[in-house]
Amino acid sequence: MDALEIARWQFGITTVYHFMMVPLTIGLGLVVAVIQTAWFRTGKPEYLRMTKFWGKLFLINFIMGVATGIVQEFQFGMAWSEYSRFVGDVFGAPLALEALLAFFVESTFLGLWIFGWKQLKPAIHLACLWVAVIGSALSAYFIIVANSWMQHPVGVQMVNGRPVMTDAWAVFTNNTALVAVPHTLFGALAVAGGFLLGIAWYHLWRRRHDGVDTVGADGRVIPGEDTRIPGRDRADYSVWIRSLRIGAVVAMISFAGTAVTGDLQGKLMFQQQPMKMAAAEAACHDGTGFSVLSVGNVGSKNCDDVVAVIEVPGILSFLAKGDFTTEVKGVNSLLPEYKEKYGSTVPDNPIYGDRAGQEIQYVPVMEVTYWGFRMMIGFGGLAALAALVALWITRKGTVPESRWLMRLAVFGILAPFGANAAGWIFTEMGRQPFVVAPNPDPSGIDQVFMFTAAAVSPGVSAGELIASLVALTAVYAVLLVVEVKLLVTYIRGGVVSAMPELGHAPTDENEDETPGPDGGSKPADDVLAFAY
Amino acid sequence: MELLPTIWFIAIAVLWTGYLFLEGFDLGVGMLMKLFARNNTERRVLLNTIGPVWDGNEVWLLTAGGATFAAFPLWYASLFSALYLPLLVVLLALIFRAVAFEYRGKVDTDSWRNRWDWAIALGSFLAAFGVGAALALTTTGLPLNANGDREGGPMAWFSGYALLGGLAVVGFSLLHALAFLALKTDGDVRHRARQWFVRLLPVLLLPIAAWALAIQFLDGKPWTWAAVVLAVGAAATAWLLARRGSEGRAFLFLGAFLVLGTASIFGAVFPVVLPSTLDSAFDLTISNASSSNYTLGLMSIVAAFGLPLVIAYQAWTYWVFRRRVSAAHIPEAHSFLPAIAAKAFTTKG
Repeated sequence: MDALEIARWQFGITTVYHFMMVPLTIGLGLVVAVIQTAWFRTGKPEYLRMTKFWGKLFLINFIMGVATGIVQEFQFGMAWSEYSRFVGDVFGAPLALEALLAFFVESTFLGLWIFGWKQLKPAIHLACLWVAVIGSALSAYFIIVANSWMQHPVGVQMVNGRPVMTDAWAVFTNNTALVAVPHTLFGALAVAGGFLLGIAWYHLWRRRHDGVDTVGADGRVIPGEDTRIPGRDRADYSVWIRSLRIGAVVAMISFAGTAVTGDLQGKLMFQQQPMKMAAAEAACHDGTGFSVLSVGNVGSKNCDDVVAVIEVPGILSFLAKGDFTTEVKGVNSLLPEYKEKYGSTVPDNPIYGDRAGQEIQYVPVMEVTYWGFRMMIGFGGLAALAALVALWITRKGTVPESRWLMRLAVFGILAPFGANAAGWIFTEMGRQPFVVAPNPDPSGIDQVFMFTAAAVSPGVSAGELIASLVALTAVYAVLLVVEVKLLVTYIRGGVVSAMPELGHAPTDENEDETPGPDGGSKPADDVLAFAY
Repeated sequence: MELLPTIWFIAIAVLWTGYLFLEGFDLGVGMLMKLFARNNTERRVLLNTIGPVWDGNEVWLLTAGGATFAAFPLWYASLFSALYLPLLVVLLALIFRAVAFEYRGKVDTDSWRNRWDWAIALGSFLAAFGVGAALALTTTGLPLNANGDREGGPMAWFSGYALLGGLAVVGFSLLHALAFLALKTDGDVRHRARQWFVRLLPVLLLPIAAWALAIQFLDGKPWTWAAVVLAVGAAATAWLLARRGSEGRAFLFLGAFLVLGTASIFGAVFPVVLPSTLDSAFDLTISNASSSNYTLGLMSIVAAFGLPLVIAYQAWTYWVFRRRVSAAHIPEAHSFLPAIAAKAFTTKG
């Protein structure tokens, strides 16, 4: 592996990892804000409990997104200095604006929310969470504007070999971004939906398993109370059934949202990145059919090896153009076009090192694009279907006693994560060999493009990149274990783990047995809601 | 002289100053977790003084980085790639530190807390040192070739200035944190922080003063020399005020020292943003490293509204959490959940 490949692995690993935390942050943040609003308006105790419990899990996850996000901003300059030099005039602005207009808002108002339970009036405290959630969504917008410019460069002119922004409106309303933003936000909500559904299912199951909740002759649930464990009362039942239903509904709505926006993205991709479209299909020849299953050597550069086993005619045309007859170009017809427009061999420029003069591989790695595309749709659809089934199964108020079904619900949490990761891997790998993909629109600026091979830092050695790849991957792996273990612990503990005021440990004899009203045991001049 | 690049040079200097001012004390508090606090309650006092604000403070770093990328892409690209390994250390330090703040109190065992306390202390130290080294090197130069790439291998950036800059920010952060703790806590911690502040001020400010002076000897202008003199005056005033027990004013004068000090440094190197030690023809300046006027103009408009807004709501946060924290306020560690958590995280041996 040379520096370029190491840098690409590093970017891929750190970004996919970062984007495990981010969708949960965005989606769960919105859900918690809605729940706290419900508590604010109704004053029902179960909404407060839900706010505290889901809020706690939100924070455990949030911090990982923050911590790994800094790496993202720094590594453009560190590992991709030529890229940074080339695109800085247009790409830097959304990044700077993301920090200035979104990250400040998110971090500051979340700090107020975490520590301000007692200092702020309830309405203001709630407003702080909403502002932080809006900040998260805004950061998604800015970073996707930046990413979309790499997919579909607009609003620039070439000056001295570099694109220079001439039309900020075009950059910030890039149609690629305008559909990718809602797609990403719905994808994030899908993650939150599955998260609520799986965890709530687990708790309803445990209440049944422990005999707290029982089922009457008509199959309806009879919620009960377990006095041995603090907080395991009837309100606790409401917490979980409501969470389950909210989760299932959110999962279904967000899948519908990703489907509609994804469809719009497909149509843009057909115009803007035809090779990515062909690679999504592993399609060599022009055609109209969408392959449900292809066999053979999908990744073969000689793509005549690919045999579509199940193919639905017309669907690919529908994805691309909205009809059933448009011929979607395959790799074989696109290759000559790309070679003619962007050259067939890597330019003789020292920046390309050993790659100079070699043939340019315009076809992305098709195993990745073909299966990435299908995993995205498959995981997303599966999660939505599971949510629908879950609503049906729990229509009488609780979950079945089956342990396997519970495990399925819990592991189902991973499906929307998988869909998110697969979608991003597809769209980023499908752009290769370009880091800035050319915009083929006749009215566009066709010479604005950059090969990934030209983007890496020329002054940074492969050794440095290996050091950072190993260090970051190892640290990320350790922290993932810690985060998941913490999440599992707090999930198992239930609401009381986020609301110790609900009770005391049964074993803790020394503690005052009467849990006073909220904060009653604390000094009257409580200066902040101590989170640390 | 170009107006917009100059404005953005000043804006980036302001962002770095804001970063050092705000994160300065929370980095320092992080280091003091191991150097100053004597028991878990004191450590929790320290943590809760910065709890609501440290994350917002850290965004100043992200904004400084992002603004450099947007306004001076060539500066960003050359500086960040040349300092690959030290910045990697900064990133790892910031990751551990951030996670440690959030996770430290989530399990109720001493070994768990101790591990994260080290992550906070070392993470704060390495982040402060690395940022200081990077800032010093952007003022004194790196071995850059005509393309702006580092020559001479992974450690070619290292010089005495890297060490000086690292110590400068570590020293300042520690002192700033002592001033902050004297202002934000009560009881024994407050008292000791003030004592330490008075005793250690000359030592802790020595490296940053040396850096500012070295820059003046290299590139000083009359007004930047004056700024250094004023900065020293501000530090002396802070010392006198702290001795008299005016904690709030001592904190402010130390802040004035920082503002004047960074102004003297950035002002002296202007209009060069990153000199090349190989050939001054390869120096990056505000003219040859900047974005187009269109981009800078757009960013100026947004920043003109955005930055005052940020300062306003961050100031409001400090107002909301203005009360002093003391050991008496620290409640018992959560008794129920951490008991379960401790079981899950206790491994034999």
